[in-house]
Amino acid sequence: MDTSPITPELTYRNALKEGRFMLQVCSGTGRAVFYPRVTSPWTGNPLTTWSQMSGQGQVYSTTTVRRRADKGGDYNVAIIELAEGARMMSRVENVTPDKVEIGMDVVAKIITSPDGEPIIVFVPKAGVAT
Amino acid sequence: MTSKLRARAAVVGIGTTETWNNPGQSSLDQLAIAVQRAAQDAGIAMHDIDGLFTSTLSHLMPALSVAEYLGLRPKVMDGTNIGGSSFIGHLSHAVMALEAGLCDVACVCYGSNQLSAGGKLATLSEPPHWEVPYGPRFPISGYALIAQRHMWDFATSREHMAEVVVASRAWAKLNPLAFEQGDLTVDDVLASRMVSDPLSKADCCLVTDGGGAIILTRADRAKDMPHPPVYVLGAAAAATHRFISSMPDMTTTGAVQSSKAAYDMAGLGPDQIDLLQLYDAFSINVILFLEDLGFCAKGEGGPFASGGRIAPGGALPVNTNGGGLSCCHPGMYGVFALIEAVTQVRGQAGARQVGKFETALVHGTGGQMSSHATAILGGASTV
Repeated sequence: MDTSPITPELTYRNALKEGRFMLQVCSGTGRAVFYPRVTSPWTGNPLTTWSQMSGQGQVYSTTTVRRRADKGGDYNVAIIELAEGARMMSRVENVTPDKVEIGMDVVAKIITSPDGEPIIVFVPKAGVAT
Repeated sequence: MTSKLRARAAVVGIGTTETWNNPGQSSLDQLAIAVQRAAQDAGIAMHDIDGLFTSTLSHLMPALSVAEYLGLRPKVMDGTNIGGSSFIGHLSHAVMALEAGLCDVACVCYGSNQLSAGGKLATLSEPPHWEVPYGPRFPISGYALIAQRHMWDFATSREHMAEVVVASRAWAKLNPLAFEQGDLTVDDVLASRMVSDPLSKADCCLVTDGGGAIILTRADRAKDMPHPPVYVLGAAAAATHRFISSMPDMTTTGAVQSSKAAYDMAGLGPDQIDLLQLYDAFSINVILFLEDLGFCAKGEGGPFASGGRIAPGGALPVNTNGGGLSCCHPGMYGVFALIEAVTQVRGQAGARQVGKFETALVHGTGGQMSSHATAILGGASTV
C-alpha cells in the first residue's frame, strides 16, 4: 500500500521542472483533470493516476487583453482544451493575439515565467515541425 | 410542486443611498444610510433587526463589522460571500430563518465606497494562481472568454451586446436616481475603447459608490406594514466554479439550476413573469440569462435582446432602473436588483413604472459567472 503523502500541486510542479507535463486522469470519466487535486471534480473519487499529456490541444476560447504599447502592448489569454479532456487557462504564442481563433490546433510548451516558475504556454500546431 | 417556503416571508422595507458618488463616506456609512432608510420605509426601528444578512468587498467578517457599526445584536447572522449575487442568495436563508422563528426582522444589506476610494474594484479575493501567470484582467477577461465562445457557437454579435447597453441607458433616463443619464447609441458602444475582446468599456458595468438594504418579515406580520408586502415566492442559488478556467460549459450558466429551483418553489414559469432584474455586470450577462432563465432558446439571446424588446416600451422589461450598466454598480449589485423589483411590484417606480407588475424575477451572478442566485417576488395577487 502506498503510504506516501498526497501532494498534487507539488507533484505537478516537480514534473514540469523536469520537462514533463503530467496531469491526473479521472478513472470514472477517462478525462485528465486540471488543476491537480485530491479528488475528481466529476466523480468525487480519489485521483490516483498521473499521465503524461500529449501536449496537443485546441483553443476553446480566447481574448485579446488590451494594454498600452509602452507597457508591452496587447496580449492573448486563452482557454485551451487538451486532447486528454482537461481545460486550462494559458496563452498562444508565436502568433499575434488577433490571429488566435477558437478551434485552432495548438501544442504545449514549457517555459519559465518571469518569477522563475515553469508554466505551460501553447503555440499553433501549424507552425510546429512534426 | 410549490415549496412550503413559498410566500412565507415578504420584503416590507427598502432603502438605498440614492446617490452613487459619496466621497467622505465609508462602505459602512453608506450601508448604514441604506439600512436606516429601509427600516424607516418598513416602519420599524433599526434595532428591531434581529437577523442580519450581509457581505462586502472590504470586510473579512462582514456580519460582525456591520453588527458592530449598527449596534445590532443579531440572533441570526449570515456573511456568505458568493460575489455580487450574495444578497439574492441571502434571501432563501432569510426566509428559512424567519419561517423557523429564529428571527423576526431580517435585513439584507450592502455598502461600498468603491468609486470615491479610487475607482478600483476593492477585493479581499485570493489570486487564482493557476491563471495569474497569463495576466487575465479580473473579472472582465473571464466574461470576455464567455462572450467570445458565445459569439463563436451562436453568431452572437457585438451589436447584440450593444443593444443591451443601449436599453439600459434608455431605462436609466427614466430614473432620476440613475448615475448615467447621457445619450447612448449602438454605434457609441461599438466605438468604445476595447478592454478585453470582445468587451469594450461600454460593455462593462459602472464603478460607483452606494448602499442598499431590504427588510423582511414573516408574511402574517407583513400585512400590517406601511407598504404592500412583496412576497418571496421562490429563491435558490447555484455554483459551477470559482475562476473562469474551471467553468464547465462557457455558454450555459448555473442560472439554469438556480432558476429551476426558484420556479419550482414559486410554482411559476417564465411565461408568468412580468419583469426581470438581471445582474448586468457585463452586457453578455443579460443575453446568457435570457436564455438560461427560459425566456428564449439557447443561442437566441442576442437577437432576443435586440430591437427594443427589453427597452422601455418593449415586450419584456429588463433592468428598469438602468441596471449595473447605467444606474449604479458599487462592486456588488445584487441587492439593488432586488430593490428595483420591489419598487416595481409596489408600483412606486414613477416614470419607469410601465405597468402593474405582479411578478418579478431577479437573477444575479458572482465571481466570473461562478455563483448564481434567482429570486421570484410577487404582489398580493400571487398569494
